[in-house]
Amino acid sequence: MSDITVPLPATRTASPAGLLLRRLIRRRLVLISLLILLIVLVAAVGAPWLAPYAPRKMDIAHRLAAPSAAHWFGTDEFGRDVLSRCMYGARLSLTVGFFVVLASLTCGTVIGVVSGYLRQFDGVLMRVTDALMAFPDILLAIALMAALGASLTDVVIALGTVYTPRVARVARGAVLVLRELQFIEAAEALGASSRRVILVHLLPNLLSPLLVQGTFVFAFSILTEAALSFLGAGVPPTSPTWGNMIAQAQEYMQDADWLILAPGLCIVLTVLSLQAVGDGLRDALDPRLRRLT
Amino acid sequence: MTGYILRRIAGMVVVMFLVATIVFLISHVIPGDPAAVMLGPAATAADIAALRSRLGLDAPLPVQYVQFMQSVARLRLGESIFLSRSVAQALAERAPLTLQLTVLSAGLATLIGVPIGVLSAVKRGSFLDQALTAFAMAGASLPSFWIGLTLIEFLAVRLHLLPVAGYGPPDATFVERLSYLIMPAIALGIPSSALIMRFTRTSMLDVLQEDYVRTARAKGLAPLTVILKHAFRNARTSVLTVIGLTVAGLLGGAIVTETVFALPGVGNLVVSAVLRRDYPVIQGALLVISGVYVLVNLAIDILYAMLDPRVRY
Repeated sequence: MSDITVPLPATRTASPAGLLLRRLIRRRLVLISLLILLIVLVAAVGAPWLAPYAPRKMDIAHRLAAPSAAHWFGTDEFGRDVLSRCMYGARLSLTVGFFVVLASLTCGTVIGVVSGYLRQFDGVLMRVTDALMAFPDILLAIALMAALGASLTDVVIALGTVYTPRVARVARGAVLVLRELQFIEAAEALGASSRRVILVHLLPNLLSPLLVQGTFVFAFSILTEAALSFLGAGVPPTSPTWGNMIAQAQEYMQDADWLILAPGLCIVLTVLSLQAVGDGLRDALDPRLRRLT
Repeated sequence: MTGYILRRIAGMVVVMFLVATIVFLISHVIPGDPAAVMLGPAATAADIAALRSRLGLDAPLPVQYVQFMQSVARLRLGESIFLSRSVAQALAERAPLTLQLTVLSAGLATLIGVPIGVLSAVKRGSFLDQALTAFAMAGASLPSFWIGLTLIEFLAVRLHLLPVAGYGPPDATFVERLSYLIMPAIALGIPSSALIMRFTRTSMLDVLQEDYVRTARAKGLAPLTVILKHAFRNARTSVLTVIGLTVAGLLGGAIVTETVFALPGVGNLVVSAVLRRDYPVIQGALLVISGVYVLVNLAIDILYAMLDPRVRY
């Protein structure tokens, strides 16, 4: 029986983040998704240097040109390069997504902890989140845009308001489970202040559900921003966004289907990748789910 | 049971009270003067002041709030600024179309989502499961307006199978009308079917692991009987909940879909109201749509309690 190899405990102690990353990359779908997101990120950040043309540069001689070596994604009704416009659109989508995640995670966590741990205004806060969630995402966003204005900040405020209640719900749910656990009870028994319990014991344990939720909020806010832009209720149409590119392409799509295909694929690939990463994160962080699926 | 229903209704009233308050806040407290917006940049200060007093916007905010809540409680939604009719009338004219579209999409989403979800859970880990899960994830990532435009391009423009957009001539029959709703219902239903599929799959997976399912299998019951009579019976309550939740998504999605297909429904009304800053219409639509959502979920909660004896009242 000497030839049985016994799995040795890992000699190298991996950091939790490193372990998580390795667990994620092991799933092919997640790896591909991360690569797609990286490409979108590079295209967005590097757009001013990498884009082959200026996003507003018109070239009437080459209007509605099909995809070619000179214009990978073709040109639109003004002869503007669709690839370059998609890259600038990615800048806007990712910026909106990032700040909406930041805003809704911050506000949602504060509400969740106040409501779930401190139990202050729990009833009121949860009824308000119920009320906010009674509006369909797009309806609330579009109504807020009507009241706020049409700047990038307004889009972030509108979408942040839409997604904060969802994060708050998740955070509160997780806090309610955590506060019954013994290590929180122990910390309280040792005389730790509420502030210490929240900062040292609660928040680190909220990180994984919030990380998963944040990924989905990122995906949803890109979809909702695209819908707002499509409806003409997003940022002004002077800056190219995936949504307003599709809206403008409607008239020409019979002759130039790449005009709706290119920005559409940008949305689908980005949102799909974010959802796949979110799923992967959830599975990697939740042992129960890993067993089930 | 009666106590439970009464408690749920009381909870609903509280939520609707807060919904109305949020609607008030959106249109009154957030910076920006509706009167100035409505009259446009060319308006004089006197014009704006006159409109403000006509709309009651010059009263102190708490007074405006009380007035607003009073009229909401009496179901008075005010007059549209641009449509020369009451908001209630405008909404009532357009509601049937949106209702048809939502019901059609919800039906479609359920018909696609539930069987695929069950199949995927039963064949867990197989290639079929992975393919279906990938399909669901892709479905949830597609913007409904993009699905709509793609459908128009292929089914209507290229293949001439269905009318491009609109709702037919005024004298069109119900069946003719239905042909105008097929593509919108698909565009709207696909993202929801993906959601329902994933949820069905998860709750079926949970149930399939239960001991009583193993017992049923061990008894030698046909696999289909076990799946449908034993497992799905217990998964369906949570599936019902997610179908209720998708109603919100469908009502929101209708706003976009109706714009794509030029359907004269509530969604179309909302978008034009937002673009024209027709505040009374925006307020009315927000109240009515969220009211419908809250009512649907109340109905689901009650149905849930009736279907699942484990729910405590």
